[in-house]
Amino acid sequence: MPVTNYRTDQEFFVDMQRCIGCKACEMACSECETNGHESMIHVNYIDRAVTVQTTVQVCMHCDDPVCANVCPADAITKDEFGVVHTANTARCIGCSNCVMACPFGVPQKKETYDLMMKCNMCYDRTSAGKKPMCATVCPTQALYYGTREEIAKMRPNSTPVNNFIFGKESVSTKVNIMMPKGSTSLIID
Amino acid sequence: MATDKKDNHWKEDFPVYQLESTQVSRRDFAKFLCLVSGGLAVGSGYVAIKANFFPPEKIAGEHFVCKKYELPVGGTRSFVIAGSTIPYILIRMENNEFRAYEQKCTHLSCAVFYKPGSGKIECPCHNGLFDAFTGEVLAGPPPRPLPRLEVVIKGEEIFVKDFKSDKENSERSNHSAT
Ligand code: SF4
Ligand code: SF4
Ligand code: FES
Repeated sequence: MPVTNYRTDQEFFVDMQRCIGCKACEMACSECETNGHESMIHVNYIDRAVTVQTTVQVCMHCDDPVCANVCPADAITKDEFGVVHTANTARCIGCSNCVMACPFGVPQKKETYDLMMKCNMCYDRTSAGKKPMCATVCPTQALYYGTREEIAKMRPNSTPVNNFIFGKESVSTKVNIMMPKGSTSLIID
Repeated sequence: MATDKKDNHWKEDFPVYQLESTQVSRRDFAKFLCLVSGGLAVGSGYVAIKANFFPPEKIAGEHFVCKKYELPVGGTRSFVIAGSTIPYILIRMENNEFRAYEQKCTHLSCAVFYKPGSGKIECPCHNGLFDAFTGEVLAGPPPRPLPRLEVVIKGEEIFVKDFKSDKENSERSNHSAT
């Protein structure tokens, strides 16, 4: 097993409310050479007609990743740190099963490469003990990468939540979403 | 996935977790090759030793097969000898002689059958042909004649016993003559 400097004490915290739609994260992500200058993080408008509010979506790195489970080519795997890796380019057949299966809408099929691409939490950086690119450039800290103690100090009125309930399916993830204090899960119907 | 209780055994074969997927190293593969070639060597050794040092046991004594009238001319009767599992056939030839052979083709052990009227024993698997009078190979892939039993007729009853080749028989008669 390759030796890495992955910091297991650090986690990803996403605070959608703080997203100002500056797209600095998208720019930072696409500057990275490992993903062919494509952004693996996506900034979305909630309802552009009535509000300028944007949200940001990174891969949540599910504990039981549906994308990997549905992949017929075994292209998506999860490592010992819980990082769900992007499709192994030698294996991905471009079927888009993962794109349709992901409850968070993360993987994207890049038609030009006939390949699925998704966020792998900047594994090239995190495995060297660095923080993901997007988290280091986010001006509002809507994306934050660090320890639980740090986030507790910074956001005393929020709790990190990593349980999501989609109808009858509950999904737990490695990445946390900041929710009002005391929340335990996010129900999405 | 997280909440459904269906059995997820398929995940054992297609693990999502990198740590669960097995890595076959060059060393493991070399070990596997050694094991397989070792197994093949031991196996061929076993076959060679069994064939050369433990020849098949001879059949002791005479064994009753059936009554003469039970077998029509051109007919065949299959039988086994008590204590053995080898299948044999007894043939009543058109000239009223009886012959008994192992039913296992000497090529790949398919069951052979007598083709009435032709004087030939046929193996359907690869078109092996044997002479029904002697067991000799006439055509096809079988490498050896069919092992034969000697048929002894006592009145109405047919018995078989270990077959002595003509050479052995003639030697024995020569001895007794001198
Ligand atoms: S969020 Fe989507 S892409 Fe990320 S691990 Fe979960 S199912 Fe896969
Ligand atoms: S698009 Fe690629 S990575 Fe996604 S499920 Fe299909 S083969 Fe797997
Ligand atoms: S098994 Fe009889 S000819 Fe091949």
